[in-house]
Amino acid sequence: MSGLLRTPEVARPMPGGLALFWRAFRGNRGAVAGVCVVVALLVVAVFADVLAPYSPTEQFRPHFLVPPAWQPAGMREFLLGTDDASRDMLSRLMFGARLSLLIGLAVVALSLSVGTVLGLVAAFAGGAADVAIMRIMDVFLVFPSLLLAIVIVAILGPSLFNAMIAVAVTYLPTYTRLVRASALGELSRDYVAASRSAGAGTLRLMFDTVLPNCLAPVIVQATLGFSSAILDAAALGFLGLGAQPPTPEWGTMLAGALGFYQRAWWALTFPGLAILVTVLAFNLFGDGMRDALDPRLRR
Amino acid sequence: MLAYLLRRVALIIPTFVGVTLLTFVMIHLVPGDPIEVRYGERGISPERLALLRHEAGLDQPLWQQFLTYEAQVVSGDLGTSNQTHESVWVQFTRLFPATLELSVCAILFAVVLGIPLGVLAAIRRGTPVDWGLMSFSVTGASMPIFWLGLMLVLIFSVSLGWTPVSGRMSDVFDVPPWSGFMLVDAWFSEDDGAVRAAVSHLILPTIVLGTIPLATIARMTRSSMLEVLGEDYVRTARAKGLTGFRVVVVHALRNALIPVVTVIGLQVGTLLGGAILTEYTFSWPGVGSWLVAGIGRRDYPVVQGGTLLVASLAMLVNLGVDLLYGVLNPRIAR
Repeated sequence: MSGLLRTPEVARPMPGGLALFWRAFRGNRGAVAGVCVVVALLVVAVFADVLAPYSPTEQFRPHFLVPPAWQPAGMREFLLGTDDASRDMLSRLMFGARLSLLIGLAVVALSLSVGTVLGLVAAFAGGAADVAIMRIMDVFLVFPSLLLAIVIVAILGPSLFNAMIAVAVTYLPTYTRLVRASALGELSRDYVAASRSAGAGTLRLMFDTVLPNCLAPVIVQATLGFSSAILDAAALGFLGLGAQPPTPEWGTMLAGALGFYQRAWWALTFPGLAILVTVLAFNLFGDGMRDALDPRLRR
Repeated sequence: MLAYLLRRVALIIPTFVGVTLLTFVMIHLVPGDPIEVRYGERGISPERLALLRHEAGLDQPLWQQFLTYEAQVVSGDLGTSNQTHESVWVQFTRLFPATLELSVCAILFAVVLGIPLGVLAAIRRGTPVDWGLMSFSVTGASMPIFWLGLMLVLIFSVSLGWTPVSGRMSDVFDVPPWSGFMLVDAWFSEDDGAVRAAVSHLILPTIVLGTIPLATIARMTRSSMLEVLGEDYVRTARAKGLTGFRVVVVHALRNALIPVVTVIGLQVGTLLGGAILTEYTFSWPGVGSWLVAGIGRRDYPVVQGGTLLVASLAMLVNLGVDLLYGVLNPRIAR
């Protein structure tokens, strides 16, 4: 059929931004799979109390190091087996999902909000304030992020809360630079000048006029930041510098399994697999967001 | 060009001062007086405490303490471990070859595998080969490498018995630490089989540490190749009747590698962070395990000096990459 005859296509109103975004996003199978996993994780995290068969810290003596249910020595009560303290692996993993998503959320919220403010201030103030903020960020960037996080935890003392602060600090420069660069790009635009001449104050210009137009790259970075935050917090847990036992944090669970991993592969395999799947899902999600939000790639 | 080089080199001075300031502040944020902490439960009389504080310069104003610290750092004095009473610099230089050996092997592994795989994915764009390689890449980039290390040990060391579980060398070989690089030292040692043992110890840590760089390099090579393959000069080269291989390797890859070089340089931070986890997982006696152990023992001079050295190293490598990039792509050097 000739394309000329298909007039209804032309008559349709221009799709909105969200529809365009969704159309670009939907075509990316990896991204859609990522979102599905993220939603599933969210459900598990929110309803862990209901979904998990047991409490994450309840000990079922003498059933310690019971293999997963499909193994010859497995028990149907413990689907993924038990750990060295006779706790149900599945329940611990489910509560671990709650912790990991909370860590991701807290870290991203903290570094994003502080980074946004710093980036906007640097862009708007310019001059010495700009140089000072960006130089400090450069210094932070010199440190390999995990090393910086480790050192901060070493000072504050090992705990889940301090680990979150430490990881958040390591991501601060990324958001600050990103927001500053986008804000500088917007500041020279006519609409900002128009808003300023209409009498908008600096704060209004910052958060109401400029910020919404800088959000696309920030949202992408925040999604990808979720995965890095979860990974880094798990690494700290693994090094014994993050959440402390018996907290069912995945990295901490791995560290706990080190002592007996030759006897109980499941105690080692499942927490790591959980980290991998979660991080992978957020990375796919973030990549999809980036491709869908980047107009240069959108046809 | 020279102006660019000089400007870029000069810029690291304020950054370095910033790094030292950060490591200085960091130690001062540690709760408790360092002298009191050193004496621990035994306690110390107030007079003696005041004397020791004075000797250590802790009664001076902070800015003066910082200047003293800065002067010490610049003259190469990074303090002594409060556990072994050995110079931090001596410890670092003894352990660093192990970390360097592992890092170099990991980056070689990542480059030697990553670039061909990226090229393959680009010339097979949209096929199952491309799809498979890119799935592999995104999985690798999401990998908790400490867990990957444990899984590899579980499979190859515990189940199959092919590789050792940890360390750099078997006890049966007496390899004199001549260069500090086990592969080199084993090569020159009297023992047959020492090289084999060194390689078998190195192989799993190399894979673990190289995984994320491998994924990143493969992905970057692919996208860079895709861009270059669409350029006019590649079409011209094809039109001249050159073989596909020659076009891909000589004409396209050479130009596609410029951004890849930058990405390899940017991996150094990841690599140093990853080395901490890899060394901890495999009990590899390098700088990473040393730092983690230092934190565990509250050996603050080690943590402070080690952090400063690793950060300075990362800074120098970044500088090197920037300069190399300026040479490869003169447009940015203005």
